[in-house]
Order: sequence, then C-alpha cells, then structure tokens
Amino acid sequence: MVAAESVRVVRCGGSELSFRRAAFSADSKYIFCVSGDFVKVHSTATEECVHILQGHRNLVTGIQLNPNNHLQLYSCSFDGTIKLWDYIDGILIKTFTVGHKLHALFTLACAEDSVFVIINKDKPDVFQLVSVKLPKSSSQEIEAKELSFVLDYINQSPKCIAFGNEGEYVAAVRDFYLSVYFFKKKTTSRFTLSSSKNKKHAKNNFTCVACHPKEDCIATGHKDGKIRLWRNFDDDKKYTYTCLHWHHDMVMDLAFSVTGTSLLSGGRESVLVEWRDATEKNKEFLPRLGATIEHISVSPAGDLFCTSHSDNKIIIIHRNLEASAVIQGLVKDSNIFTGLMIDPRTKALVLNGKPGHLQFYSLQHDKQLYNLDIIQQEYINDYGLIQIELTKAAFGRYGNWLATVEQRQEKETELESQMKLWVYDKKTQGFVLNTKINMPHEDHITALCFCNAEKFENPTLVTASKDGHFKVWILTDDSDIYKKAVGWTCDFVGSYHKYQATNCCFSEDGSLLAVSFEEIVTIWDSETWELKCTFCQRAGNIRHLCFGRLTCSKYLLGATENGILCCWNLLSCALEWSAKLTIRVMEPDPCSENIAAVSQSSAGSDLFVFKPSEPRPLYIQKNISREEVQWGVFVPRDVPESFTSEAYQWLNRSQFYFLTKSQSLLTFSTKSPEEKLTPTSKQLLAEESLPTTPFYFILGKHRQQQDKKINEALESELVQLPLTENIPAISELLHTPAHVLPSASFLCSKFVNSLLLSKETKSGEEILEDVDMEEEKESGDDSDEEHDFTENTQDTNDTELGEDIIHQLSKSEEKELRKFRKVDYSWITVL
Amino acid sequence: MGEFKVHRVRFFNYIPSGIRCVAYNNQSNRLAVSRTDGTVEIYNLSANYFQEKVGCEDGSVKLFQITPDKIQFERNFDRQKSRILSLCWHPSGTHVAAGSIDYISVFDVKSGSAVHKMLVDRQYMGVSKRKCIIWGVAFLSDGTVISVDSAGKVQFWDSATGTLVKNHLIANADVQSIAVSDQEDSFVVGTAEGTVFHFQLVSVTSNSSEKQWVRTKPFQHHTHDVRAVAHSPTALISGGTDTHLVIRPLMEKVEVKNYDAALRKITFPHRRLISCSKKRQLLLFQFTHHLELWRLGSTVATGKNGDTLPLSRNADHLLHLKTKGPENIICSCISPCGSWIAYSTTSRFFLYRLNYEHDNISLQRVSKMPAFLRSALQILFSEDSTKLFVASNQGSLHVIRLLEGSFKHLHTFQPQSGTVESMCLLAVSPDGNWLASSGTSAGVHVYNIKHLKLHCTVPSYNFPVTALAIAPNTNNLVIAHSDQQVFEYSIPDKQYTEWSRTIQKQGFHYLWLQRDTPITHISFHPKRPMHILLHDAYMFCIIDKSLPLPNDKTLLYNPLPPTKESDVIRRRTAHAFKISKIYKPLLFMDLLDERTLVAVERPLDDIIAQLPPPIKKKKFGT
Repeated sequence: MVAAESVRVVRCGGSELSFRRAAFSADSKYIFCVSGDFVKVHSTATEECVHILQGHRNLVTGIQLNPNNHLQLYSCSFDGTIKLWDYIDGILIKTFTVGHKLHALFTLACAEDSVFVIINKDKPDVFQLVSVKLPKSSSQEIEAKELSFVLDYINQSPKCIAFGNEGEYVAAVRDFYLSVYFFKKKTTSRFTLSSSKNKKHAKNNFTCVACHPKEDCIATGHKDGKIRLWRNFDDDKKYTYTCLHWHHDMVMDLAFSVTGTSLLSGGRESVLVEWRDATEKNKEFLPRLGATIEHISVSPAGDLFCTSHSDNKIIIIHRNLEASAVIQGLVKDSNIFTGLMIDPRTKALVLNGKPGHLQFYSLQHDKQLYNLDIIQQEYINDYGLIQIELTKAAFGRYGNWLATVEQRQEKETELESQMKLWVYDKKTQGFVLNTKINMPHEDHITALCFCNAEKFENPTLVTASKDGHFKVWILTDDSDIYKKAVGWTCDFVGSYHKYQATNCCFSEDGSLLAVSFEEIVTIWDSETWELKCTFCQRAGNIRHLCFGRLTCSKYLLGATENGILCCWNLLSCALEWSAKLTIRVMEPDPCSENIAAVSQSSAGSDLFVFKPSEPRPLYIQKNISREEVQWGVFVPRDVPESFTSEAYQWLNRSQFYFLTKSQSLLTFSTKSPEEKLTPTSKQLLAEESLPTTPFYFILGKHRQQQDKKINEALESELVQLPLTENIPAISELLHTPAHVLPSASFLCSKFVNSLLLSKETKSGEEILEDVDMEEEKESGDDSDEEHDFTENTQDTNDTELGEDIIHQLSKSEEKELRKFRKVDYSWITVL
Repeated sequence: MGEFKVHRVRFFNYIPSGIRCVAYNNQSNRLAVSRTDGTVEIYNLSANYFQEKVGCEDGSVKLFQITPDKIQFERNFDRQKSRILSLCWHPSGTHVAAGSIDYISVFDVKSGSAVHKMLVDRQYMGVSKRKCIIWGVAFLSDGTVISVDSAGKVQFWDSATGTLVKNHLIANADVQSIAVSDQEDSFVVGTAEGTVFHFQLVSVTSNSSEKQWVRTKPFQHHTHDVRAVAHSPTALISGGTDTHLVIRPLMEKVEVKNYDAALRKITFPHRRLISCSKKRQLLLFQFTHHLELWRLGSTVATGKNGDTLPLSRNADHLLHLKTKGPENIICSCISPCGSWIAYSTTSRFFLYRLNYEHDNISLQRVSKMPAFLRSALQILFSEDSTKLFVASNQGSLHVIRLLEGSFKHLHTFQPQSGTVESMCLLAVSPDGNWLASSGTSAGVHVYNIKHLKLHCTVPSYNFPVTALAIAPNTNNLVIAHSDQQVFEYSIPDKQYTEWSRTIQKQGFHYLWLQRDTPITHISFHPKRPMHILLHDAYMFCIIDKSLPLPNDKTLLYNPLPPTKESDVIRRRTAHAFKISKIYKPLLFMDLLDERTLVAVERPLDDIIAQLPPPIKKKKFGT
C-alpha cells in the first residue's frame, strides 16, 4: 500500500430507499430505486439487487425511464447532473451537466429532447419547474444549459407536480392551491381552497397530485385525508371536484393505474387503498403494510404497483393487491435506544428496527437480514400514544443469548418494564424466547451486559438500574422435573449507598465486574460478588465505562459527564491518567487493545483512537461529522487489511461504524473516491429472460458441468452433430428477410454442405469462437468486453460461410483454450 | 333600550311538516313546496326567498303516482304487474319512462306498448335485498334514462337498447329523488341518509367532444330523508323529512358573489302562527288541525337585569280546539280582549265567543256565519275588539261589527278593479280609524274605517311586504319588505315620514340587509313613540328613531353597552338599531304592557327530538 493513503468518512449504505418514487422498467422485470448517491436496480421477481448504478456525487433525487428508449434510465441528483444509464448492463451512457441543484426529474414522451426538473435558483425557498433541453451529442459529458421556465413558486417535492394528458398540461400544488399550466395555451389556472383557521378547513393543505392518464382529471391529496378529483379545470369558473374520503390522516401519495380505471392512495394508516372507477363506495384495501406509505408507483405495463415506506422498504404489489416482494433497507424510523451491536453469529449490525423489533442488517450487502419481534404486540400508530419502547439489548458470547429490555412509562410513578432473554435455536436458525422477567428492577434499567469470558460455563448477565441496585442473573435449571428446561433467575443484588447504578461492565476475563454508581466506580469480584474497591474522581456522573483488553486489561476507563476521561490502574488502584474530553461514544475494539472515543464540541465531532496504556492517542480525526454522533461500534473485518502506516493500523482488523443524530450510518475508508466509484463487479446478464439470482448461478454452472460430461462421453462414441443454430449457413438463412434472399437453388448446395461433417482441422479463430460460446453459457459473470469479442469473431466467421464447424477438442487443446480466456480482450472495445 | 320583563314561552309544540315535493318554475322563478300535511307553499326566489302563499288542499296531498290506468282514457298502456312509483316523459313527448319495483319500463306513447323493460340489480353491497324500488327516473333528450333506487344506486340506461350504461353506487340507503337541470348538463339526487349529490356532465378531455357523467359534490344539509329535490339554473333545492328547505346556490353559476350566493335554510314559515290577547295575557297557537289557548304564567318576584324569575303561577293550557273535518287551518286570531277567537280553514270560517268566569271558561260558537265568509287568508280584530276584519281569498276585505254573542256585517271593500290578488296582511290602527292591507306584490292599501272608503295607496315596491303595523297616536304605518327594507308612512299626511326618507337616503347597514329571515311582526311601545319593535326568527330589534343611524363602519350587533364605560362613549357608540339575539329561533314577540314582553321560542333541538330517528351512520372515531 502506498503511504499517501488518507482516511475519509464515507456513507456506507443503509441509505433511504423511499426518498423518491421508485420506477419500473417497461417490462416490469426491474425496479429502480434511489439509494443515497446510487440508483439500485432490483429484480421484481426475486427482490435481489442486480446492479448499483454509481456515478452521482450527491443524493440522487429523481429517476425516470427514458420514454424514447425503454432500456435507458435518466437520473438526476443534487450534484447538478442528469445521467443516462443503460440499466441492463449498468453502464453510464451520458452525463448532462445542468449546474443547479436538481430536486426532481420528469420525462415526457412528447417532449423528445427535453426533460423537466425542479431547481431553486435565487432564494433558498423558491422552487421552479424548468424544462432542460438535452443537446444531442456523441460525447459522454455534455453541458445542458438551455433552461426554459415553466412554473414558479412550487413545492420542491416531486409528489406535488404531475403531467397530464400526454403532456398537455402540468398540475402543481402547494399549500392551499392547485395551479394548472397548459402548454399549448400557455395559460395557468389557479384553484384555491379555503384556508381559514376554523376547524373544518384548517387541514385543507394539498399534499400530492396525480393526473389521470386518459381523461382530464386531476387527483389531489390533502392533509385532512381527503382526495379531491378535479374536472373541467380548463374553465376558471365551471371547474368542479369530487371528494373521496377514507384516510383519517394526510394522504401521502396518489397514483392512477395505467388505464386510469383505478386510483391508488396511501398514507400513515399503512393501508394501500384502490379506488375503482374513482367512486367512494367501490374501494379495495391492502392493509397492514407495516409503515407509512411515502410513495406509490405503477409499472408501465400495469401489472405491478409498488409502495415505498417510511421504514425504508419497498413493497412490490401485484395488480390484484397481493404483496409479492419486499425490498428492505436499514430501518431508520424510530429512535435508536439500543445502540449499535454486532451479532456475533451473522456479523450483522443489530439495532432498533421498526417499532418493537430488533433488526439485523447486513453491512456487506446493504440489506436487512431479518426482524426480530421483541415486544410482540400490535403496534398502533397514533399521535400522542405512549408506546412500549425497546430500550436495551445485549448479545451473549457467540450470540447464543440475547437479552432485551422494554419499557413504557405513562406517568412518573407508573413504569412498566420487562426483560426478555432469548436463546438461539439452531433448528429454526433464530432466537426463541426463553425467559420473561416482569419488572426486573424498580426503576429504569440503565445498563445491561453479559459476561463473555471463556471460563464461565454458566452464562451470566448483569443489569444496572436507577433504583440503586445492580442484579446478577444466571442461567439455572428451571422448575422442571426432567431438568431439561433452563431459565434465568436472579443470583445476586448489589448496591452502593443507594446511589443510582448507571453503567456496568465485565472485564475481559470475566473476573471483575465494574459498576458505576453516579460518580463512583465500584469493582466487584465476580466469583464471590464482594466489593473489591471503589474509584471516585468527583468529576460528574460516569457516562461510559469499559475495561481495557489484551495487554491493557489492567486498565479501566471511565468517561464522565463533565468532560473528563479517566483511566485507572486496577493493580495499583490508582488513577493512571486523565484527559479533558467530552465523550459521546466510547467503544472498545474487540480485536485489539484500541478504544475509539468520539467527542462532541461546538464545531463538530472528533474521533480519538487510543490505547489505555498511554494517554497519547494513536489517531485523531477532527470533524468527522457536523452532527452529534450518537452511537458507534467496531466491526471485525472478514479479511484483515494491512495498513503499514501507524496512524491507520487501528483499521487493520476491524472497521469503525458510527451513527449520527440524523441516522446516517458512516464509516472510515481509505479508498480514494474514484476507486470506490468503479464498479466492483460488472455483471452481464447471460440471458435476459432469466432473473439473475444466486440460484441461477449455482444451477446454471451445475448444468453446464453436466453438459460437459455428456459431451465428453459423446465425443468418444460418435461424431457430434452441431446444433442447428450454431451453423452459420442455417442461421443466415433463417435470419435474412425472405425478400432479399437469393433463389433456393443457389442456396441449396451451401445448405447441404453445411450439414456435412468435415474432419479438417480448424482455424484458430473458429476454435476461439467455440470456446467463447461455451464459456458464455458456463459462467454468468463474463465481462461485456468478452461479449463484444464474441460478436467480432462471429463476424469474421460469417465470411467463411462454406466451412463446416465441428468441435472435437482434446484435453490438451481445451487447456490451451482456457489460457486464451484469461487473456484480456478489452483492447478490442477500444477499436 | 329599556328593561323589560320577558315571558319566555317554550311550550309552543309546533313541528313543521316534512317536505314531500318541490317544484321549480323557471319563468316566474318561483318554488312550490308541498308538505306532508297537505300544505303547498310558494316561494319567490327572486324576492329574497320570501314565502308568498300558503295554500291548503283538501285533505292530504296524495303521493303523485300516475298509474297506467290514469292515462287509460287516452291510450291503454301495457299492463304492469306491479305499481309504478315514478314516471318521466321524454322531452319530445314520444316516450315515457316508468320506474317500478325491480324494473324500469319505457313506453312508446303512440302505440302504448312497452318498448323496453330494464331490470335493476337487487344486489346491495353484495347482499341480495328483497326488492329494489325505483324511486325516481329522469328521461334525457338524448335517450338516456337515469334511475335512482332503494339500493343506493344511480344508474344510466340507454333507452334505445335498454342496456345499463353506467352505475354509481352512492349511498348505503335509498336514493329517493332526482331532478335534472333544463340544460341537461347536471342533475341532483337526494338520499335517505340526508345527503344530496350533484352529478355533472363533463368532457373527458378538453379537446374531445366525448362527455361523461361524473359525481361531483356531496352536500349534507339534512339529517333525514331527502324526499324531494329541484334544480334551478343557479341552485340545488332539497327538502325532506327533517322539514328544512335548503337552497344551495351553485357557485359556478353565480355571477357576482353577493349574499345571494349563500346557502339558505328555511325551517319556519314566514307567517304568524301565534296571536296574543294583551289584556288577559293569553296566547293562541295555531297548529295544522287544532288551536291551543294558553294563559301566561306570572310572578311576584323582582330581580336584576338578566335574572330568571321564579313563577308564582304556571302557564295554563286553557283550551284545545280541534277543527272539524280533515281541512287544515289557514289562519287564526284572538281578540285583544280575549273574548273572541276566529279561525278559518280552506272552506269554512269559524268564530267563537269565550266567557270567563273566574277560572272557568266556556266556549260558544257563533253560528250562522254569512256565506261570503267562507275562507279567509287573514283575520284581525280591532284594538277595542268591536270589529273583525277578514281578508278573503277572493281579494275582498270584510268588516264585521261584533256584538255580545252576535255580529253584523258592516262593509266589504272590493278589490281594486283589474286585480284579483288577495290580501294576506292586515293592520289596524289602535284608535280604530285606519286599516292597512297588503297583498303579495301590489302596494299597501289604507282604508278609512269610519267612512268605509279607501284612503290612500302606499306607492308599490318591488318586494313583497312581510309585516305591517300602524303606530298609535301618530298613525304612522310601518312596512317591512322581504328585502329587509323598512318604511314608515304617515297615513294622515299620505307621504313617507322624514325618518323614513332619511334612512332610505342613507341606506341600511349591510349586515341588516344580509339577514335571511323576514321580519314577521312589528309592534310599538305605548309610552315611547320613537320606538319601533320588530323581530325575525333570529333577532329582536328596537329601532329608536331619535338616535343616529348606523353606517357600514359601525358595529350593528353591539351588545349591551358596558356600564363601566363613561356616558360619552356610550352615547357615541349608540345608534338607532338595538338588537337582541338572546331568543332564537323566535316565532313571535309582542309587548304585553309597558314593561312586559312575551317571546315565543321554538328550539330546533325540540323539533329534531320529535322527528323519527335518522338512518344511523357509522362515524369515524366513534
């Protein structure tokens, strides 16, 4: 590695999938969704991510199919560019630089060379809809500066703009009015709803708009849950509207079906409503979708719908209102109480998910693995209801045990709290509830930790609470006569002068337990549960507490509220060093002695990495985030990196992830941005008709191998007849239009020749061609360069039409050809 | 304003009858409303929606069913098995659509045969109901038949092919009425849930000629069945079991956004149902088929302003007088002395003599009424109860002298030559010299009783008169019109008074002109000649002619001036109109003596409580 590398803070997935409406491909095989700076292409049948379109340098704010070529996709971003992609191959075709921050993108079939975007030009709050002329040019980077203004003072959300009647008019809503601009007449009609303060009209605000695909009808959604269908809006006086009312809260999005016979609406009720014939009495529901519906989109083929939800998921719904697939990202809906954890078994990131659930999120694949329902109660979504919150969770050694704490406090004195212990069941590959403890403490539980030392065969759990006690829970035989069932019981209750217990922590070997009581840290022997010693620094309540690891296991670290970081030596029972640092997050690295601490100052958050043995930090990164960092965690790497530079050695064995207040998951990376942007694996779809799934790759290879075996067996027995489609003469015969073919008598001899078997040796090119054909079938991950090459060879082959092709390869020849495969033919594309 | 002791009367158990039918005439801009008790009311929509006439038919109005038998004398239509509930002619008169139970038939008028029989789906929200009753049909000139039925559907049929074109399920209950506009570009239906739906014919796209019917706006102004709807060029009119007549203007058809564009809800009749005997403190209540006589309660207690005084004697129900036969009472009156009661039905006139002996009363009918006193529109006794004035429905005015137990016909004022309009409002001066009478549109005539001749005619005004009264001493005639204008006319001088000219010059306050119920009664304070007392259904007003008139900038409805303010401010903010809105809905208010008022209220909740329960609807969040 070069020494010039630098560590950067990068966003690492978990981006919002529901930021904008998703889009479908023309054949409904793929669904496109925005994901931070990327556009993700998923298969609608398998939910699997097929491609990640990378190239934008800021949030992607809009995606639309190219109406003139349904194999291409437009995307726009805050970075001021519109990019045109070939989504099947995941290739960027063109980049149009507009220059302004683009907030949304609209394409129209009738406006061939221009698209519509929302920009804000002068004032920060004034948004305009403009049409951008996309110049025709062969170069990849094109400046598109020709903007023409359409509508001013609009809402920035793309839900508030809709084009109707094949681009005859555009409807925009904002606050209490609907404006309709007619492109032909160049006039704007504006319809205003009553906005008086009285109760009946106070929530008349428009929230979204959709246009009927066939008729002059505009549907608008409102804050009070009403849907209005506007007609006759080309007449300022004779306009009229109908109300549809089912939603009790704001209508979040509306969409017409392709034929316009039904209208879809969704909102906070998490119910997709289909209004058939736009009548109030004729409606169908798809309930229990889990979270607020943010966006609804309809596939151009009309067979699929999809809803984007506030819990970062996209549900693909069949035309008959059956959910067929779920694309789930990192849930960022609720407050994170549990912090970030790593499931030792799956190496997944674990944190609060949707209400009452713990989510397991795969950092490598940027997708949610599964949800564990902890609270196991129906979630009622209503403003002002006090919900049961999942506040704490901890994993035991090897991920065999999971402890969770949930609580609900309606009034000061009425606390409901439950601790649940879950055991990992190998059969079902999931966590099963083992013990449920009602009111484990009299007051809030502040900390929870397992003893993870090897020597303890009995799992031990410690909880600390505001009621001044800490409790030790151990796994014992349950009151079962067969002594088969096991459960958790309280083994020891400790307290210190009725101070509130705020933190607890086991040492690495499990011999000591540190419990902090407000300003005082107490050390307990975990064998006998007797108090060994206390530390007190009188510098405010202890906020974080952790033992050093490996060579530093004799140290105990504590961070206080008043901004002091203390390090005590457990052997001498004295303060080793202290530093003035307001610490928000302190996380030990499980693979090394390092401890990462994130401090908060007015300028931003800073990261310090240090070893407890020395007060000098190993590494400092200033200003990692403008926001407050709420949680952090070290994730062990699968393959250790080898940074030689001393400053980055702490990143060798594990990676540090942290979560800011606005719930963006960030990490540190040494790769340069360009390096990161190059696609890691360029996948070419072997066959368009087959969905690319892991199953396909496995089965496809397997079948190829089988085929090969059969081929080999056949080779020894008889001469193999070429497949008809492999014979150029026949394929030419079949593919050439009938009216340009020469007479049959002329072709006859060629045709018969082509069916004859020849024993001549083949030219190199022919062999090449054969192999390539085989290879293409064999491995689905051929690069497209190779694909290009195949075509080239075919071209040359076609010129020697009369020659016959039989492949009979000896083993040595085959080996030789395999070498050929490894040669890079990408230079051909350059030609 | 002065302080009064107020009898707050709430024992008038008047319930307006439900509306059965409404019909709108485009040429005269008038609306006819028939009620379930057989009353027909005609409203003049151009005169501020004033109710002009009340007619009563013999007995009750039958449900307008035209069975094939009725047209039989002309043409024998094919016999139908079940009864026909609704009927509509094609505008060209060649076909008739008839709604029956479970099917609609289209008849050819020439041949008399049924061209099509269109079966209506009985299914109701997936459940098969027993019968589907076609409550209404409409036949459009393009051959479309629109039907409304008991399953809550509005259906469009093609009468040429007899096929269903479109179906709108709009209600969970019956759709009971339909009315199409003259242009056939919009229609209105009323449902049993009290909702009125508006349907409009709109073009599918702006550049195509294809049009479709779309349900646009629902209106929920009723609590009960909407039994009848009408469609005027500018408004939707609906009425039903809950007795309200609702006129909802169509905003897109209204040229100027003035007060005419506001919703009107007419609940109470624009006429007096109560008369009062000041001397004996009696109230006579007029119901459809009976009269009730009540004596007001009394108190000996005194209290501060705003106190409710305890009654020392409760109000007494003295008399319950039932009419003979099925006819409705048109008008009634009790004499100021309390010893005469007169009432009239559509065909007969009744006069009773009341005798009081301590607490007992005896009733004696005055028999042998003259033949010309057959039917009266208005009855009035003179202040000294010696004369009876009867306005007949032929337009003549009869003056009758009352003697102890008998009567004598004095004179009959014949209507002005060329007019057949009947008089419906009468007023007599307290000194008994003058009689003013007014019809619905022509001017007010003043007669001299002593000389039994026409004294003068007040110049006619465009809007009908809603109330009349002659002031004591000055003999000024005060006239209230349906456009809320008030005139004062001096009978001796035969001209408008100075005050009346001043107020006409300055104009009334805009809020005064925007009230939507007419003034139904005017009275005067015997000791304060400058005061005029008048009321409509929602306010009671004393006009003090000595105070300056309010202009549009001043507060019209100023509450009682706060006593803590200095006299200067109170004098500066004071203006001629003192309005009290304590009592509402106010049906009657009169001055019993100098310090006592009687107010008759009829709270709307009491009326609703007496109606049959409405169709229960699930309301979200309950």
